[in-house]
Amino acid sequence: MNLLKAFLVLAMLAVAPPARAQSGDVFAGLASDNFDMISEAVTALALSGDKQAAPTIHALQDEALYTAPDGNLLIKGAAGYVDARTGAQLADIAEDDLVGVRVNNRVRRAVEAALGSLDLFASSPNIRRKAAEAVFLSRDPAILPALSRAIAAETNDEVRLVMRQAQAASLLASPETAEAERLAAVAVIRARGGLEAQSLLGSLRDQTPAVTAAAGEALTALDRLQQLWSMVQSVIYGLSLGSVLLLAAAGLAITFGVMGVINMAHGEMVMIGAYTTFVVQEIIRARAPWLFEASLFIAVPLAFLVSGAIGIVIERGLIQFLYGRPLETLLATWGLSLVLQQAVRSMFGASNRDVGTPQWMSGATQWGGLTVTYNRLTIVVFAAMVLAALMAVLRYTALGLRMRAVTQNRRMAAAMGIRTPWIDALTFGLGSGIAGMAGVALSQIDNVSPNLGQGYIIDSFMVVVFGGVGNLWGTLVSALTLGIVNKFLEPIAGAVLGKIFVLVLLILFIQRKPRGMFPLKGRAVEQ
Amino acid sequence: MASVRHWLRGIGLATAALAATTILAPQVQAQTPAPPPIKIGILHSLSGTMAISETTLKDVMLMLIEEQNKKGGLLGRKLQAVVVDPASNWPLFAEKARQLITVDKVAAVFGCWTSVSRKSVLPVFEETGNILFYPVQYEGEESSKNVFYTGAAPNQQAIPAVDYLMANEKVKRWVLAGTDYVYPRTTNKILEAYLKAKGVAADDIMINYTPFGHSDWQNIVASIKKFGSAGKKTAVVSTINGDANVPFYKELGNQGIKATDIPVVAFSVGEEELAGIDTKPLVGHLTAWNYFESVNNPANKAFIAQWKAYTKNPKRTTNDPMEAHYIGFNMWVKAVQKAGTVDPAKVIDAMIGISVPNLTGGYSAMMPNHHITKPVLIGEIRADGQMNTVWQTSGTVVANEWSPYLEGSKDLIADWRAPLSCGNFNVVTGKCGGASK
Repeated sequence: MNLLKAFLVLAMLAVAPPARAQSGDVFAGLASDNFDMISEAVTALALSGDKQAAPTIHALQDEALYTAPDGNLLIKGAAGYVDARTGAQLADIAEDDLVGVRVNNRVRRAVEAALGSLDLFASSPNIRRKAAEAVFLSRDPAILPALSRAIAAETNDEVRLVMRQAQAASLLASPETAEAERLAAVAVIRARGGLEAQSLLGSLRDQTPAVTAAAGEALTALDRLQQLWSMVQSVIYGLSLGSVLLLAAAGLAITFGVMGVINMAHGEMVMIGAYTTFVVQEIIRARAPWLFEASLFIAVPLAFLVSGAIGIVIERGLIQFLYGRPLETLLATWGLSLVLQQAVRSMFGASNRDVGTPQWMSGATQWGGLTVTYNRLTIVVFAAMVLAALMAVLRYTALGLRMRAVTQNRRMAAAMGIRTPWIDALTFGLGSGIAGMAGVALSQIDNVSPNLGQGYIIDSFMVVVFGGVGNLWGTLVSALTLGIVNKFLEPIAGAVLGKIFVLVLLILFIQRKPRGMFPLKGRAVEQ
Repeated sequence: MASVRHWLRGIGLATAALAATTILAPQVQAQTPAPPPIKIGILHSLSGTMAISETTLKDVMLMLIEEQNKKGGLLGRKLQAVVVDPASNWPLFAEKARQLITVDKVAAVFGCWTSVSRKSVLPVFEETGNILFYPVQYEGEESSKNVFYTGAAPNQQAIPAVDYLMANEKVKRWVLAGTDYVYPRTTNKILEAYLKAKGVAADDIMINYTPFGHSDWQNIVASIKKFGSAGKKTAVVSTINGDANVPFYKELGNQGIKATDIPVVAFSVGEEELAGIDTKPLVGHLTAWNYFESVNNPANKAFIAQWKAYTKNPKRTTNDPMEAHYIGFNMWVKAVQKAGTVDPAKVIDAMIGISVPNLTGGYSAMMPNHHITKPVLIGEIRADGQMNTVWQTSGTVVANEWSPYLEGSKDLIADWRAPLSCGNFNVVTGKCGGASK
């Protein structure tokens, strides 16, 4: 009802009559196959005040607007087809004859701008805010009268601020604005800040000298601010990369760090975790689509169990015969990694598998000048939780106690009645299971393909060795250090050279401190 | 000792059995004279990193060969595919190519994806005189007597895409982002020269390279965003290859870069790659190819139906390099029929001028530079992972195997017809042998 009222308000605006006068049927242009005609029709429709304008343009945005051979425009909805011009439900539509209204980026821009102007009077403050932001980007002077009305009617301070910013942007774009108003507008946009503001100020052309000077000054100030923010942003990117490295390496810190097994198939455990996520999502998509948002929570324990079980099988079936023979272990696990990759390739196919991202992990949030994407943020939190859980297991559980006992002094532990082979298998299973959980997280940022693990195996070894073999805190510090160094080098040296620099630095470091940053001390190490 | 003797006896028996069959064989053949099949080599990686793209091409070749056999084969003989797996290992490509030619005695080879694998097999084909059909878009700057390039040269993909963005999206600022190897580097060099020739300032071009399989795009995407907020319309020209694309597009979507703000036009992203991602955030980003699965014409519909039936998978997609193999195979069949033999030397001469229907509703012809004519299509990614053709060339485009925008190659042409018969003829010096004097 509110929406309807809003459209009536819009209909009464001064812009409506001239648009109507141009052509009898503003919808007709939509049926064209020329993109320019379609986008002009969208703009005209938005300004026409027709009550069917909003649903039609929304349908166009969702690619649900079709033309019938008789020139009728139809909106495809959940309950069949609706006539776009009248809103009446239609029956018996020959779907094969319908042609979708063609959309390209030009049309999409027109649609966004149009929805911006239509939604300014929506009942939800969120939608109004989005609309105002769309107007800020489209800066169409034709919307100015509507914008003034919207500002006058606005009750929410935050939304009103965005509307004023949009008004300032549109004023700068209009040739009729007086100089004083322009200067005020530049000040409003300078106060807004952000990349969009910079883009807008940078694009100003044909202004009076005073306005140009003010815009230039604002631009320099914003630029300086931006540079400060980007330093902080680099640290955040580094932490995010570091947490990915930490997740990938945490399992290896157990199998290689604690047990001393050079496990080249570690990456494949990660890959199996990612494929477990895929299978879980496939089942959810087929059986219980409403559960999709929670799919990752289901996948995490399952991935732990699947990878962990495979890890135990590998330890019992292969690695237990190779203890104390690092070279053979290296070759055998490397061969195993190829076998696992090809097995997955035969089972699931060589191409990437589509693992969906739940809604709550999509998009980004702004903190001042910082952009933090939700998927990365989730992974940082998840990595911290995994590391904390792992440390708790080692520190506080009976299993952890036995693991530590076996790795510190195998013969003494055996003398105390601990079944050391069994503990070996469980420890390897734990390390592999953690790799599997890492796979769930990586499925959100990387390809789920048989090669997934290969990309992480070298980085994982690097993290564990750099941090100090056998030390979980060392793994944490080294993962974060490598992440941050990488992200600071990348903008300066480029991604390729940056990686090379990190490797060279690491080699130099290992030359000086072969045991890494936090070496374990004591008799056990000497054996 | 006993077991060794046992084993030796086994070999003896086997030899005897073999001898018996070879003696008997002629008699059997005399009764039903079946000529030996024509062998065709398929040299695509079925394992390793490139398996993701190349396995499909192996399947499409098997389908085309089966189809030809149903039509009665070629020159009265059946066709037989010989499939080898070079396992994404570039030196192994050369070994396997040599094996196909000298051991299996194939009449032609269809294969390779990356430029480095093509460069690896090139000497083998030039030495043995056999034929390679190379189906992937590549950087150009090459023309070999023994290779037929059925993929696009840069002027059949990259340059029209840039033209489209300039004319229709009014793009003034350019990010050239690519994976760090020969195809993106050469293509970007050509594009940079082209853009500068069109009056784009050096400040308005940003070039960025990333390693293979790069997965952390956070600050690169952020820097693209920053580069794009200088008040001029900006676009990204992406030669990012393979697996690195998925995290790149995910990061674009998450950082809120929409196609309406900064469109990305990609040369290596096809239907197959999009099948592995959630495409909703990508809607409106562009790709440039010579074929889209969504192209609406009877030949393409029949091809897609045949492909889905052959793979018994209604979800399988088709893509541009598959069309290239389709064209290449049909050209080879026609050339063999014209030459009346499968002898590579004769087939190579017969190839030039052969014209076969492509899947976009026109004809593609083999030119004297061993490249084919192609239409160029610009598509926008749709929510279902297919492409919506928003622009296409009015006819087909002839490939510039040597780019006119690069210093080293602007005077070169390739023409494999007698009497010139040269892959790098310098029109200034009038000599065959490249840019050096």
